[in-house]
Order: sequence, then structure tokens, then C-alpha cells
Amino acid sequence: MAKTDTIPEAVSPLREAWGQFLKNRPAVFGLALLSVIVGLVLYGHFLHDADPYDIVWMPLTPPGDEAGIWFGTDFLGRDMMTGLLKGGGPTLLVGLSAALITVVIGILMGALAGYFGGWVDDLLMRLTEFFQVLPALLFAMVLVTLFSPSLWTVAFAIGIVSWPQTARLTRAEFLRIRELEYVTAARSIGAGNGRIIARVILPNALPPLIVSATLTIGVAILFEAGLSFLGLGDPNTMSWGLMIGQNRNYILDAWWPVTLPGLAIFLTVFAVSLVGDGLNDAFNPKLRSR
Amino acid sequence: MGTIRYIFRRLGYGLILMVGVVVLNFLLIHAAPGDPAEVIAGEMGGITEQMMADIRARYGLDRPLPVQLGIYLANIARFDLGMSYYFDRPVSQLIGQRIWPTVLLVLTAQVIAIFLGVVMGVLASRRPNGPFSGFVSVFSTVGYAAPVFWTGLMLIILFSVIVPMFPVEGMSSARFRGGGFAYALNVAHHLVLPATTLAIIFLAQYARLSRASMIEVLGADYVRTARAKGLGEGPVIFRHALRNAVLPILTVAGIQFGNLISGALLVETVFNWPGMGRLAFDSVLRRDYPTLLGVLFCASGVVVLANLVTDLSYRLADPRIRTGGR
Repeated sequence: MAKTDTIPEAVSPLREAWGQFLKNRPAVFGLALLSVIVGLVLYGHFLHDADPYDIVWMPLTPPGDEAGIWFGTDFLGRDMMTGLLKGGGPTLLVGLSAALITVVIGILMGALAGYFGGWVDDLLMRLTEFFQVLPALLFAMVLVTLFSPSLWTVAFAIGIVSWPQTARLTRAEFLRIRELEYVTAARSIGAGNGRIIARVILPNALPPLIVSATLTIGVAILFEAGLSFLGLGDPNTMSWGLMIGQNRNYILDAWWPVTLPGLAIFLTVFAVSLVGDGLNDAFNPKLRSR
Repeated sequence: MGTIRYIFRRLGYGLILMVGVVVLNFLLIHAAPGDPAEVIAGEMGGITEQMMADIRARYGLDRPLPVQLGIYLANIARFDLGMSYYFDRPVSQLIGQRIWPTVLLVLTAQVIAIFLGVVMGVLASRRPNGPFSGFVSVFSTVGYAAPVFWTGLMLIILFSVIVPMFPVEGMSSARFRGGGFAYALNVAHHLVLPATTLAIIFLAQYARLSRASMIEVLGADYVRTARAKGLGEGPVIFRHALRNAVLPILTVAGIQFGNLISGALLVETVFNWPGMGRLAFDSVLRRDYPTLLGVLFCASGVVVLANLVTDLSYRLADPRIRTGGR
């Protein structure tokens, strides 16, 4: 080996965090579980392709009673397995886009408030408090009822009620970082406000924001499931929450049409939060002992 | 700052937030596709021309927008939340009936969650790497990830099919004719499952939070001092550590009130609990917008009040704030 190899190679913080993440068993399990779920949702139609609205057998056939209908049928006799595979798509899509909307609004509000301070901060923080007072699900219900219940309205409604927490977190990070020397240095070489916000502070504020964004995906999935359960999702797409809502009146006769989609939601959010916790530990070495 | 002055300042601020909610409601009615009068009447058909004309006159819909907003605000200041055309009754009357079951449900769930959460957190913090601590960590992730309406349905299966112990629907038995204490017991019996369901999500968060917070506080200098002067484990934990560790939980409990109401909405739908959430759900099905917006307004009011109470209890728990340590 060459002598230069004795000098330890510099490891980028991201790579170091990734290394830490891989040592965290629950987090790796969560990532694996999430990959399986996303894989089934994206490519499940190669295993079993059918219309989730097709009636295939007697209503409320228990799982395993009939060959080929391994997960039973719902109250109309539709195949639960098809529903489970097809119903994940809208749930994940809405969850992801809602989380994206949340993060974009939250970072924008928080960055402006934290960076400029003064009246901008006051104004934006009052706005944040206002949205925290509104009961989120109720407000989303109002939005979806007044406007059409499409996938995008639902995603938008979830995003518009969920951003305050991200905004507070971003603001706190910006307040802390804007006082640091490298920000002063950037300003002294003539960087403008926009450049400092987007290129200097934001990258350094990212780790906690990535963790929070991950957890936001979980919250958004639960939100979408709740709205669909109430029958406020897109009426033309099968989703896990909708399956639970439609079958809940038959719960005393049949457990599976309600239990299985709920289990799917639960496992997805569980996996997402394991990954989020893992990222949190990886980015914050100080917290690792907890 | 004196506590009384503080309360008034907070009340004034709450009032501004409520005006904000009303303005938002107003904007939503006008932003929704279609004629505002039709939005207010709801899409239920059978509305006569006469009724439409009444609505237009009542809300001043032929006047300029700012005037309409003024009329709308003035109506609400008189607790006139409009008329529910589906239930054929004033919205304020409907909500007046439905608000107490929701408050009962939400408060019970919150008390269960805080109490059990703190107990679990304290026990777990005694041995941060012990088995119980591990259990609390797993439980809090599981409790957080399960959709609340699904947890409720699972409890219904468990307690009506497998071990029939608790009623799974409504707030009191349909043929119940007793009064006073017997009635309260009957309601409490019906409350067990909905309140437990709602408590589980928040219990998970509080347990996790108080565990982390207790571990941090137990490492602090003043706890070491307390131990050094020979205090037993009991006083150290309950008098010295817990008092400080409970502050972050109070903060979070206050922030969670909005989410608690959102959760109650789903739980009420699952258990047919006759509260505001159930009312909101019914009014969505009937496209009864005045009722839906009225529920949004009152639920926000409950959150504003809850935040005020949290702030005050925070001042009681932490003398540093009361004596103006800022």
C-alpha cells in the first residue's frame, strides 16, 4: 500500500450520515419495508393485474376460502388483493405531493421569516399561528367539499394545513445560521439576499428539514387515508382509506375488508417513520445515545 | 407582566385569530365555484325562489364585497352562524348541542394521554436501555403510525365480537331512562372506547417526549445535587426532575389541541359519537355549508381557548415565566 493511504480520507457529512444510518437496524428495516411496499404499489400489476372495481366472487368471502382470492372479497364481492395493490398508488402519490407542497411552503415562509426578521418575521409568524389554530382535517374537509375532490385538491388541502411546523423549524434554523461567520463572509464578498438564503444558509439547514420532510410524508399519508375514509377522496380512484370507509358497516360480519387496508396504511407509515427516526439519529450524533 | 393583563392580551389576540377564521370562511364561500347564495343554501334541491331571495337579502349578496364581509362579521358577532337548510335549524343551536360531547371526548382523551404518557416516559427513563424503554419506543412509533379511525375499528372488533365489554356506538344507551349519576355512568361506559382510541396516538407522542425529556433532566446538575444531599429516588424524580421535564409536554399538549380535534372528527364518525365531528361529517354529506363552516369556526374557537389555558398552566408550572424572566 502506498504511504499516502495512512492519511484518513475526508468523508463528506452526507456519506458519514449514510454510514450511521446503515448501522441503525430499525432504520434499515424500515427502508427495506418501505421499498417492498413501494415496489408492490408500482409493479404489483405484473403479479396480478385486474380492475379493482370488478366483482369477482360472492360478497364478503373470507381470505383463503376460494383459490385465487387469497385476501377475500369486500361487501360488493370485489377482490381485496386487487384493491390493496391498486389502492396504494393514490395514497402514496397524494402523500408524497402533499409532503412536497408542505415542505415548499414551509421552507419559503420559514426562510423569509428567519432571514429577514423584523416585521416580515412578525407577519409570517402570525400567519403560521393562524394556520395552527385551524383544525387541519376540518379545514381540509371544507376545502375538498367546496372545491372538487380530486387527487390534487386533496394534496393541496393537506399541504396548506400542514406547513406551519416546517415553517417554524426552518425559521429556527435560519435564525441560528444567519449569525454564523460564513454567512457574513458570503455577504462581504457581495452575495445578495436571494443567494445567501438559497445557496449559503439553506444547504446548511437541510439535515433537520430532511428529517421533518420524511415524517411529513407519514403524516400526509395518514391525512389522505382519513379524508378518503370519510369519503372525501377522489371518488374515481380506489385507495386504502376508501376501502376501509366503504366496508366499515360490515365490520361485525367481516374483519378483513377493514383490517387489511388499515394494515397496509399502518405498515407504510411505520416504515416511513422508522426511516425518519434513522435519518434523525444519523444527522444528530449527539442524540444517538437516546 | 401581571397575569390578569396577560390574560387580556391573550384574549384580544385570540379574538383577532377568530376574526381571521371568519374572514377565511367568507373568502371560501366566495371562492367556491357557483353563486354564493347557492353555496349557502347547499346543493339539496327543493330550495324555493323565495328562500334564495331571503338568503340574498340576509347576507346582502347584491351589495359590494366589503359590505358583505361586514354583514357576515356582524352576524357572527351576534352568534348568528346562519341557518342549516338541511336540519332546518339555526347552526348555532345545532353546534350548541354538539359541542359538549366533543369537548368531553377531547378532554378525556387528552387527560388519559398526558397521564399515561408521562407515567410511561418516567418509568422508561429510569433505565434508558432497558426492555421497558425499548417497549415505549416501539409503542410510540406504532401508536403514531396506526390511522386513528382504523385503531377505533379494530377496538370495535375486539370489544364487540371477541370480548363484548364496552358499547361501540353512541353516547348513551337508546332506552336509558335513569338520571343523574346513573346517566353519567352510562355515558362514561360509552366514552371508554372512543377516548382510548383518540388517546392512543397522543399517548405515544407524550410517552416518547417525556422519556427523552426525563433522560435529559435526570442528567442535569440540580438532579445530581438533589441526590448528593441524600434525597430518595421518589422525591428526586417527582419533586425535582418531573417538574422540569413536564414543561415540554405542556407545550406540545397545547399545540396538539388542533390535531386532537381533527382526530376527534374521525373517532366520532367511527363510534357515532354525537359531537361536532359527526355533525361536520353529516353536513359534508348533505353539502350543508353553513353548518360545516360553523363547525370550523367553533372548533377553531375551542383550539384558541385551549391554547390560552395551556399558556396559563405553563405560567403556573414555570415560575420563571410568571416573574417576567424574559
